[in-house]
Amino acid sequence: MTVETPLIGYSNAEVVDAGLSGIRVGVVTFPGTLDDRDALRAVRIAGGTGVQLWHGDHDLKDVDAVIIPGGFSYGDYLRAGAISRFAPLMEQITAAASGGSLPVLGICNGFQVLTEAHLLPGSMVKNNHLHFLCKDQRLKVENSTTAWTSAYADGSEIVVPLKNQDGQFVADERTLDELEGEGRVVFRYVGGNPNGSRRDIAGITNEHGNVVGLMPHPEHAVEAGFGPDSSASGEVETRGGVDGLGIFTSVLQKLVNK
Amino acid sequence: MPRIVVDVMPKPEILDPQGKAIAGALPRLGFTGFAEVRQGKRFELTVEGDVTEEILDQARNAAATLLSNPVIEDVTRVEVIEDAQ
Repeated sequence: MTVETPLIGYSNAEVVDAGLSGIRVGVVTFPGTLDDRDALRAVRIAGGTGVQLWHGDHDLKDVDAVIIPGGFSYGDYLRAGAISRFAPLMEQITAAASGGSLPVLGICNGFQVLTEAHLLPGSMVKNNHLHFLCKDQRLKVENSTTAWTSAYADGSEIVVPLKNQDGQFVADERTLDELEGEGRVVFRYVGGNPNGSRRDIAGITNEHGNVVGLMPHPEHAVEAGFGPDSSASGEVETRGGVDGLGIFTSVLQKLVNK
Repeated sequence: MPRIVVDVMPKPEILDPQGKAIAGALPRLGFTGFAEVRQGKRFELTVEGDVTEEILDQARNAAATLLSNPVIEDVTRVEVIEDAQ
């Protein structure tokens, strides 16, 4: 479980900053997780060292940050993220993250796990149109002070893939007002709401800014040749979009400067 | 063996897309008498032996922590049912 074996081949993408390789970013695998290898790959391309973590372990392996990737952990049985939330490793992550120290990123199913674990408020229900949706999605970065978004400017836009069925972010009005008032909406959908999420919210953070969850997939937009067909700055070469890479360089830069 | 039934429903203020889709399908089949549909979940927890107050408490706790998410759902029923002999 410690050596990553790429499914296709080693990435040819140039590492952003080789000085970051001492930063260890753990990626949790649950039964039914799909995007763990892409997340590890994104960490590596950003210059860090990806560390595979198994949900049943009790050991965080001295990682400096954690990514809970996308997929269908435990088959989404009961509710998305509901059973994963009680995995042994999640207890370690919750304990280390809730005080504000350990940076944690939840992507898609990982976002759902973080809400079930009460590390982030709200919840996700089925898309309002009931379909599984897969598209390149434009987002606005509204908070660049979190551990995972410092590489972006406030108000800048990115294009990354969105692919889910339970992607509709819901919370009561009081919680939504609180999130807005405290600047904790990190990503908002631009160019139309794809799933009925309250107030077009695509991603949020906790009060400390170390825990971030979002439904779209930045880890699928980090390497030319494997990304979306567009980026926020306009046309790119086929599959040339790499707007998601800043998420991963943000946390590495933050940790190396600590 | 006795079973404890737990019913979980989406909160009234949460849009229930599945219920809405079912509500749309009903009239196409000629079932025109229903104004709204909401879809919930029913769990049956089978107990070996008697259902003590302690076991019923466990069921209530399980309903509140694992079986439902209080952000989007309400537990509407935790009740013992005996099988007909």
